[in-house]
Amino acid sequence: MAARNVAMREAIRRALREEMRRDENVFVMGEEVAYWQGTHRVTRGFLEEFGERRVRDTPISEMAIGGVAVGAALAGLRPVAEFMTINFAFLALDAIANHAAKVRYFFDGMFKAPLVYRAASGWGNQATASHSHAPEPIFAHFPGIYVGCPSNSLDAYGMLKASIRDDNPVLFTESIALYPKPSPMPDDLDGDYLIPIGKGDIKREGGDVTLVAYARGVDWALQAARQLARDGVEAEVVDLRWLRPLDMDLVYSSFKKTNRCVIVEESLPMYSFGSEIAALLQENMFDYMDAPIKRVAAEDVPLPYSKEIELLALPNAQKVADAVKEIV
Amino acid sequence: MAAPTKEMLLDWYRQMVLIREFEETCHRLYEEKRITGVYLHLYSGHEASGVGSMAALRKTDHVITAYRDHGIGLILGMDPKAVMAEMMGKKTGSSGGKGGSMHLASAEHNFWGGYAIVGGHLPLAAGIALASKYRGEDDVTMTYVGDGATNNGYFHESLNMSAIWDLPVVWIIENNGYGMGTEVARASGQVELHRKAEAYGIKSFGRVDAQNALEVYAVASKAVEYARRKGPAVIEHVTYRYRGHGVSDKQYDARDDMSAELQEWMATREPIKILRDCIESAYGDVAAILAGHEADAARIVAESVKFAEASELPATYEDLMRNAYVASDLVHKSEGSVGAGID
Ligand SMILES: Cc1ncc(C[n+]2csc(CCOP(=O)(O)OP(=O)(O)O)c2C)c(N)n1
Ligand SMILES: [Mg+2]
Repeated sequence: MAARNVAMREAIRRALREEMRRDENVFVMGEEVAYWQGTHRVTRGFLEEFGERRVRDTPISEMAIGGVAVGAALAGLRPVAEFMTINFAFLALDAIANHAAKVRYFFDGMFKAPLVYRAASGWGNQATASHSHAPEPIFAHFPGIYVGCPSNSLDAYGMLKASIRDDNPVLFTESIALYPKPSPMPDDLDGDYLIPIGKGDIKREGGDVTLVAYARGVDWALQAARQLARDGVEAEVVDLRWLRPLDMDLVYSSFKKTNRCVIVEESLPMYSFGSEIAALLQENMFDYMDAPIKRVAAEDVPLPYSKEIELLALPNAQKVADAVKEIV
Repeated sequence: MAAPTKEMLLDWYRQMVLIREFEETCHRLYEEKRITGVYLHLYSGHEASGVGSMAALRKTDHVITAYRDHGIGLILGMDPKAVMAEMMGKKTGSSGGKGGSMHLASAEHNFWGGYAIVGGHLPLAAGIALASKYRGEDDVTMTYVGDGATNNGYFHESLNMSAIWDLPVVWIIENNGYGMGTEVARASGQVELHRKAEAYGIKSFGRVDAQNALEVYAVASKAVEYARRKGPAVIEHVTYRYRGHGVSDKQYDARDDMSAELQEWMATREPIKILRDCIESAYGDVAAILAGHEADAARIVAESVKFAEASELPATYEDLMRNAYVASDLVHKSEGSVGAGID
C-alpha cells in the first residue's frame, strides 16, 4: 500500500480536524489555539474552518481549562482541551485527578465525562526546570482517566481519534520533539482508523531482549536496537502507547521469549513508568527472568538550562544500549 | 515624594540605555546562535516601567518578577557579566547556568528571581512580604506581573491573601497589551486591569503611562509608601514589548497590523526618548553626559559578552546534580539511599 511520510504534528491536526467535521459536539479550547494558530501549530487553520464557537482561545487559566472541560463534557459536549505544555497541566491537576477522573465514580455511573486533554510534553532544548517535564506517569496514577502517548504519526492519528470518540476522559500527550518527525501514513487511510485504548504495539521484533518504551523513548529504543544488532543482539521494541490501561500481555509475551528487559522512559526515575513495568514483570514473570530488569530514565534532578549538563541528564540511545549490554 | 533630582534622571537614563543595549545584544546573539534555547523574553520597550518604579524603593526592599527578568536584574545592580553568562548557561552565570534567561536572581540585591510558570511567583511575593511583616520590618515587596497572568488563579488567590493579611506588596501589572498572542480584551473581562484590585478591597493607584519614567516614579513612590504603612497596592503600567513575546514569537513576521502598532509605539512613545526630552527640557544640554552613558552601555555589554563567551560551561555530573537540596546532617544518606541528592 502506498504511504507518505507525515510529521506527527500534521497527523494530529488531521485527526482532530476530521473528528470536528464528523461530530459537531467536538470543540477545542486552550491558550493560543485560535488566533495564534496553536503554540505548536497543531490547530493551524482551525479558527478559519470552524469559527470562534468551536475553536476557543482561553486566558492563561489552566485550572479553569481543566474544569470547564469536565463541565462541558458532563453536559453533553466533547471538549478537546489543550494545555500549551504539560507543565501547565500541573495547575489543573485537581480538575484532572479529582473531577475528570472521578466524577463518574462518585456518582456511581450517573454521569460521564467524554473529554480529551491534549498536552505537549517532554524535556530538552534548554527549556529549563519548570518547562521540562514528561510527567505522564503522574496522570496515569489516577484511576478514572486514560493516558495515551503516541510515538509516531499513524499511532497519533488513530489514538487521538479513539480518545475523542471514547466516552471516558483521556489525557493525550504529544512529545514536542516528535511534532516535526515524519513517519509513514498510508495514502488511503480510513477516517475511522482507530487504535483501541490500551493496545500496545511491537515496533521491532527480536529475541534477545525486550525494550519497553512509549513516546520519545521508542525512538531511543529503536536506535539502540539498530546499534545492538551490529553486535549481534536482537532487541524487541514494545511500544506500550498507552500508560493507562497498560497492555501487559504484549510485554509478557515478549518477555517470555527474551527473558530480559530494559525499560526506557523520558521521565524521572522515582515512582515511574519503569518502576511500574518492572514491578509487574517481577510479580508475574518471575519464572522467566534471566537477568535483573534495567531502567533507563532521566537523571533524578530538575533539568538545568545549560546544554551540556542538560544532555547529561537526558536518556538517549547510547544509555539504552549500555543498559542492554549489562544484561545480555 | 521628592521630585527626582538631575542625578537621578541621568542615572535612569544610564539604566535604560544599558537595558536596551543588553536586550538588543541578546536578540542578536540568539539570531547568531551564540545564545541558545527556546525562551528569551526581552525587556526592550519596558525599560521605564522597571526603572521608574524601582527608583521608589530603598535597598532593603524586595523584588520579584516573571521570566521577562533581565531588565529587572540589571536595574537592581546585577553584574551584566554574570547576567550574560547566565544567558549562555555558563558556570560564571548568576545562577551557575542552571536557570538561564528566565531564572535570574540575586540574593545580594534582594532580587528573589524570575519565574517561568505564569503567575507562579505571585504567592511567593505574598510570602516574602509576610516574612517582612512577621519580623516587624517595614520593607515592601515590589512584584511585577503581566497582563495575561492576571487571569490566572494564582493572581487572585495571592491578591486576596495580601489583602486580608495587609501584606506590604506593590503589585505592578505590566500591561504590554498581550499575553503571547492574545490581546488583553480577549483574555480579561475587566480590561482596566488595575480595577481587579477592587474585588479584593486593595487600593489601586490606577493606570500609568509606563513609557514615561517620571510618571511611573511618581505613582510608584506613593504606592510604595502606602504599602509600607498600610498594605497591598496595585498599579497598572501601560507599556509595550518591542521584541514580541519571546524569541520563538513570529507574530511580527506574520501580522502587518502588529508591526504597524509596534512602529507607532516606537515612534511616539519610546521610553528612552521621552526621558531624554524631559532631562533636556529641564536641564538644557546634557548631550555629552547622555552620550557617555550610551558609550558605557555599549562597552559594558560588549565586555559582558566577551566574559560570558570565555567562561566555562558546567559539564560534569556534579555540576548537574549539585544544589537540588541543602546539604544537611538531618538527612540519612547511605550507599543504599535513593533520591537524597548529592552534597
Ligand atoms: C501556567 C502557565 N501557562 C502558560 C504558560 C505559557 N506562557 C508563558 S508566558 C505567557 C504569556 C504571559 O503573558 P503576560 O502575563 O501578559 O506577560 P508578558 O509575557 O506579556 O510579559 C504564556 C501563556 C506558562 N509559562 N505558564
Ligand atoms: Mg503581557
